[in-house]
Amino acid sequence: VWKWIIYNLMVVDDLSNRAVDELLHALADTTRRDILRRCATGQPSVSRLARAYPMSFAAVQKHVAVLERAGLVTKERRGREQLVRTDARAVSRARQALDELEATWRGRVDRMSDLLVEGTEPEGKNSRMGGTG
Amino acid sequence: LSITSVDTDYDNLTITLVADFDASIQQVWKLWSDPRKLERWWGPPTDPARVETHDLSPGGEVTYRMTGPEGDVHHGLWRITAVRSPTSLEFTDAFADEHGTPIADMPVSTVTVQLTERDGGTRMEMRLMLESREDMERLLSTGVVDGLRQAVGQMDALLK
Repeated sequence: VWKWIIYNLMVVDDLSNRAVDELLHALADTTRRDILRRCATGQPSVSRLARAYPMSFAAVQKHVAVLERAGLVTKERRGREQLVRTDARAVSRARQALDELEATWRGRVDRMSDLLVEGTEPEGKNSRMGGTG
Repeated sequence: LSITSVDTDYDNLTITLVADFDASIQQVWKLWSDPRKLERWWGPPTDPARVETHDLSPGGEVTYRMTGPEGDVHHGLWRITAVRSPTSLEFTDAFADEHGTPIADMPVSTVTVQLTERDGGTRMEMRLMLESREDMERLLSTGVVDGLRQAVGQMDALLK
């Protein structure tokens, strides 16, 4: 599916190569992947995230910023806190193009079927077997 | 309807489609092997297709153009990788530019078709596999892949 998401981001969402690079960069780090995981199930604040890693608040904030720039998380201010959430659309959009391909082929098979029926109707050379007068 | 089953596998980017036709294998094969018939079903009524070259032999190519409702023209190209008339066919389908050269950034799908006789009719089994372009593969195989695969695999699992 990873391959699929990249494909979608590039083709369906018309993402530039630079944006794909940003996405790859964002996902290439263990801490950032872990942040993504945490933020897909809950909506932790940046400070709560910071407590989960042996690094400074500033460092965690920087990781979140990279993820946000790549479109993988969104931030929401609540009171004095910044809540972070993984953007589920990145994944759900990934399914869209495959669904489109399926629809395309359903249409094609229907048309094939119509053509085959047409081919067996008594018109043209098909029905005129046997010798000539 | 002639479609018996469609199975879409999001993890492997594969669609498996089974259709049963009330026609002989030869008749169904002709829908693929006769360019004039092929162009009548390949494109939807809104984007009629025109097959320009048609060489259904291993290594051969089929080129086509589809014209959209706004007069927008899209070119496509099949590369035949295997063929056994009249029962099986395998090819890649790619977007091409007006000179018939595949467009690098666009995805390629691999299509395999198998025709077998069934209950006096013909069963057509197709596998459609999406592939990103080679360059993308190369990019993704440079070590970033594992991280990406892991991360997105986890996202996907969480969102199921």
